[in-house]
Amino acid sequence: MLKDFFSKKKHASKPSEEAKQDIPEGLMLKCSSCGKIYYREEMRKQLYVCQKCGHHHQLPSDERINSLFDEGSFLEYDTNLETGNPLEFPSYSQKLEKDQLKTELKEAVVTGEGTVNGFRTAFAVMDSRFRMASMGSVVGEKIARALEKAREEKIPFIIFTASGGARMQEGALSLMQMAKTSAAVQRFRDAGGLMISVMTNPTYGGVSASFASLGDYNFAEPGALIGFAGRRVVEETIREKLPEDFQTAEFLLDHGQLDAVINRHDMKKYLTTILDIHQAGGHVS
Amino acid sequence: MRQVLEFEKPVIALREKIAELKKFTKDSDLDLSEEIVKLETRLEKLENDIYTNLKPWDRVQMARHADRPTTLDYIEHLFTDFLEFHGDRYYGDDAAIVAGIAKYKGQPVTVVGHQRGKSTKENIRRNFGMPHPEGFRKAARHMQQAAKFGRPIICFIDTKGAFPGRAAEERGQSEAIARNLMEMAGFEVPIICIVIGEGGSGGALALGVGDRLLMLENSTFSVISPEGAASILWKDGGKAKEAAEKLKITAQDLKELGVIDNIIPEVRGGAHRDLASQAELVDQAITENLTQLEKMDKQVLLEKRWEKYSNIGAYTE
Ligand SMILES: [Zn+2]
Repeated sequence: MLKDFFSKKKHASKPSEEAKQDIPEGLMLKCSSCGKIYYREEMRKQLYVCQKCGHHHQLPSDERINSLFDEGSFLEYDTNLETGNPLEFPSYSQKLEKDQLKTELKEAVVTGEGTVNGFRTAFAVMDSRFRMASMGSVVGEKIARALEKAREEKIPFIIFTASGGARMQEGALSLMQMAKTSAAVQRFRDAGGLMISVMTNPTYGGVSASFASLGDYNFAEPGALIGFAGRRVVEETIREKLPEDFQTAEFLLDHGQLDAVINRHDMKKYLTTILDIHQAGGHVS
Repeated sequence: MRQVLEFEKPVIALREKIAELKKFTKDSDLDLSEEIVKLETRLEKLENDIYTNLKPWDRVQMARHADRPTTLDYIEHLFTDFLEFHGDRYYGDDAAIVAGIAKYKGQPVTVVGHQRGKSTKENIRRNFGMPHPEGFRKAARHMQQAAKFGRPIICFIDTKGAFPGRAAEERGQSEAIARNLMEMAGFEVPIICIVIGEGGSGGALALGVGDRLLMLENSTFSVISPEGAASILWKDGGKAKEAAEKLKITAQDLKELGVIDNIIPEVRGGAHRDLASQAELVDQAITENLTQLEKMDKQVLLEKRWEKYSNIGAYTE
């Protein structure tokens, strides 16, 4: 739905000399913002943040989990949920199968729990490699269940969001996941639970307009594009050119929509501090 | 002038013919009453055939009909002492949403609904019923008040969707919708939501979390407009008709999928044909559901509301 956000260079710059060389695919990666070429392994170690320009590239969910949770502490929830094709939408099943093969994921979100520098917390990590992390029945169900689990266990809930929006092929069932997940947040908050939302690139549509915006703290990664309607739709509607930084994390921060923009390298330390402060004084302990 | 929908044309043509014959009978010596009776029987059958076999795309047209009753039309017929209140207290007053207090058969209620215009001028003023964040926040403010004073909430849903504009994004369209979804899940008063026209995506759902989600027979409720889906799926907005079928956006389909609780029947030919009779049908539905909900203990009400939403979805495990 929002395919262009991935390829779009936010601050377009001339590709470097290195970028023009013919590099075998797979071994090397090119920064989509400044064009600098990296060995894949080097980029992976840097959590896919460009050392030259700081651009935050897509981070696969398993690597995100490894970067945040203490070694060996990760326990995955609800590993067997799979989407059917409730509307019998043409070619939907094939698309799911293709993405399952490509990503080795069953769906666009991984949920579970673990410890972050010793603090036990439930979490959900959305993975935009799978169907643009659009929200269908399984995404909604897994997130709602993780929130319920966190409520029962009296532990915090951290979510890393990414989404192109609704899973169109599931029609209104997809839409209703907004209500389901938001209702789960309501129950969790009502019980005094701490919820932290970290929005990553891109977070749009139904995900942006439900749990992603409902944290006690709402953060974003640098440069992440976040909004209800996509840039192109907005441009077509109002027929005016939008500022270049429209809907970036920094733009939202300026407009009072976020608590802070957090660099991926600082994330674990930052979250640890928040968990520590709430452990010391909040309801969740 | 009344807007004529494509699928209704045979009905309109036959009606005109009957009217013509009646006039002819009256003006001349020729008695055509036998012929007229025949045609009227045929009309009856034709109307039945057409209106009971509407295709999803026909219903989209019906839901968008220029004369289709709006929130304020229903408010006028269903409630007394309606007082409209304005503003979200943060930024402005969004005319795409109306909200206020009223009495329903003597009982205090809070009423909130999307409001589109019937004329171009009014549509511009009301932004075609497409709210900005301040509209959703106005709605939230009134629903919070309803919860405080223990008044049931009646929501009317009638929007193409939340407005996709620059200012809306800057002021937190996503947050405004999300907050409504969350808070509506927790208000300790009965909430009845009724889709009366188009129920477009998150902007519709932002008034749609409650104990009952009801749809008028010819209304639609969808994650994306058929045109939008067609242009994404097939790069061809012209295939909207096909998308309307695939997306399952009619009341009948959504009842089957477990998305809505019930269907409110429409007068033959659509709600716009007879507002007073249609309002009566809506009235019956509100009374019936409100009676059921008011018997429930607050905790039971909330628990059942949660169960209802947590059960929506299709997956294997
Ligand atoms: Zn770079």
